[in-house]
Amino acid sequence: MIPRHLAIAIVVMLLIALGMSFFLWRMRGRSSTGEFATSNAVPVAPPVTGPTEQVTLYVADDNSGTLRATSALIPLPSARQQRGEELLRALLSAYAAKSSHHVLGSGSEVRAFYLVDPGLAVIDLNRAFADGHRSGVLVEELTVASLARTLSANLPGLTQVQFLVDGKQRDTLAGHADLSRPYDISAMNQLAEQLQSGQ
Amino acid sequence: MPLSSATVRRLQVFLLFALLLLVAAGPEERRLSIYSTAANYSLAVQSRQGVDYIGLLEVLEPLGTVSAKTNGHRWKIRFNNVEGEFTDGKPQTKAGGTNIDLPASFVLENDRGLVPLSSLTILLPRLLGGPVTFHPAARRLFVGNAAVHFTAQISKTNPPALVINFTSPVNPTITTEQGRLAMKFTREGLVGPATPTITFDSKAIPSATFQEDNGAAELTFSGTVPLMASFSNDNRTITIAQPQAAAVQGRTAPSPPLPAASSPAVPSPTAPSSAAPSPGSSPGETRHYFAVIDAAHGGDESGATLAGQLLEKDITLAVARTLRQELAARQMTALLVRDADVAMTTEQRASMANAAHPAIYLCLHASSQGTGVRLFTSSIPHGASDQGPFVEWESAQVQFLPSSQKVAARLGAALQTLQVPVRSLPAPLRPLNSIRTAAVAIEIAPPDLTTGLNSAAYQESVARMVAIGLAAMRDELEAGR
Repeated sequence: MIPRHLAIAIVVMLLIALGMSFFLWRMRGRSSTGEFATSNAVPVAPPVTGPTEQVTLYVADDNSGTLRATSALIPLPSARQQRGEELLRALLSAYAAKSSHHVLGSGSEVRAFYLVDPGLAVIDLNRAFADGHRSGVLVEELTVASLARTLSANLPGLTQVQFLVDGKQRDTLAGHADLSRPYDISAMNQLAEQLQSGQ
Repeated sequence: MPLSSATVRRLQVFLLFALLLLVAAGPEERRLSIYSTAANYSLAVQSRQGVDYIGLLEVLEPLGTVSAKTNGHRWKIRFNNVEGEFTDGKPQTKAGGTNIDLPASFVLENDRGLVPLSSLTILLPRLLGGPVTFHPAARRLFVGNAAVHFTAQISKTNPPALVINFTSPVNPTITTEQGRLAMKFTREGLVGPATPTITFDSKAIPSATFQEDNGAAELTFSGTVPLMASFSNDNRTITIAQPQAAAVQGRTAPSPPLPAASSPAVPSPTAPSSAAPSPGSSPGETRHYFAVIDAAHGGDESGATLAGQLLEKDITLAVARTLRQELAARQMTALLVRDADVAMTTEQRASMANAAHPAIYLCLHASSQGTGVRLFTSSIPHGASDQGPFVEWESAQVQFLPSSQKVAARLGAALQTLQVPVRSLPAPLRPLNSIRTAAVAIEIAPPDLTTGLNSAAYQESVARMVAIGLAAMRDELEAGR
């Protein structure tokens, strides 16, 4: 028979263990909520203020399977890298609008934008962008073309664009569009032209 | 004896881990798989007071006409013309006019009769009128002569390949990792050899093990080289070899037209039939396929989840099989890159297609977005280099791109007759850049807003139009090989 004091000790420890498990569970819940909040956080830099400029955004429309050139007035700094950041921010805002016909996954953001050399642009998407993206050849192609064409139309001199996800190379956006290699801007411009025509 | 603080702390940590493990590791659902000539199916096993139970009505339903009736604590079941009588909480029962003592009490829950799992070997022969074989540890039950057997032998090819022949068509889920290829049979009543380990006279594939667990059987092959499986003979033969050798074996294996097992996961139950060899072809003869059809995705990589919870990998496989039939009807042979629910990398797909030297490579995709059919060719830049004796993997398509675009245009014209939107575009889609022949990817979306992608009629229409389009330019494509 188990001595009484040992039985009491085991019961007390069991209660403590249960309490700690509950505490850990609560903490884990908070931690994941925090992570989600981070992934939803504002992307690359605080919004800029200053004189606005008219730019052309190439916005995808899933209903017609096309890219649509849309004019927008946004505040743009003079530095090329910051201009790129603002262009991407404006494009993602268009997709976040309720009237958007090309819905991105919840929490989709551009983590960072770099101009590695004058011709190569690197767009670092967050994980929610890729994981939450709808899977399909055309729907993924529209996203890639929209981002690349918007940059090339407003940042002259770009020759290539490379996509990263969470700072790393990834094979595909959501199972189809190849992200493993940089895109040639001239090929993307031709593709965007075809996507605009809807044929 | 008082416990030291260190002991208390250790005990506390141990209890904490034990609790966390209990919380974290949810139990795997325990299942019984039943194999019969009528149907192969799987049922969840219930646990009652430590004893495994199964719903008797659910067991019998796929096997014939069955009805059950509850009267108070009594439960009567009738299968075809045989009756069984059970009483809730009692092990004594009657089936087919014979008194039987079950190993544990019968349980009646919400008019559902549960019998101990181990009693099926006593009950079923009386209700079905035939023998059953039960593998209790793996929970696999074979009704009559439903078992699938296999033989495996090393072929004398170079490099050697392991050829496994099954007595019925099989459709396992295949996974590969370094030095290992595993086939999991969840729908086939595969039974193993006398000993669980089989050895082969091959350095590349020295051994295989057979094991069964939780309603499934698994064959695992160890290898000293990367291994790949290819299907032939209408899924009655699986050849395991190094990637290139597997492709060649799959092409050369005889495959007479036979109905094959249709996977329940494939929405359109199109029985795969052979489009390939002539009756006189021998295993050593190299065949030339007109087309290689690549059903995109497969295995753990499901592709898009389409409307109605359909998986893209299942639609692509169903359409691929239909397209093979349509091509065969027009005397064009076709090789399916995958003819089962198996995961393959895009590099493996391109290697297999290039090794087959077809006149055309077609990659099939499916999407719920939009309507109609989209035809994609490589988006490789036109100026990409393809000079010298070596061909760059990522630009192997360059010299074939004009031909691919021509095929896409002709297929587009043929598909227009379906009166669905058809578009032709370049796409950054693997493995199009690496294909050394005319290559087109076809993404099939629903025909309109009301018809689903799982419409067999629609799948057949698309496959037929693609086959007609290819038939119209057959000579041209053959010349461009």
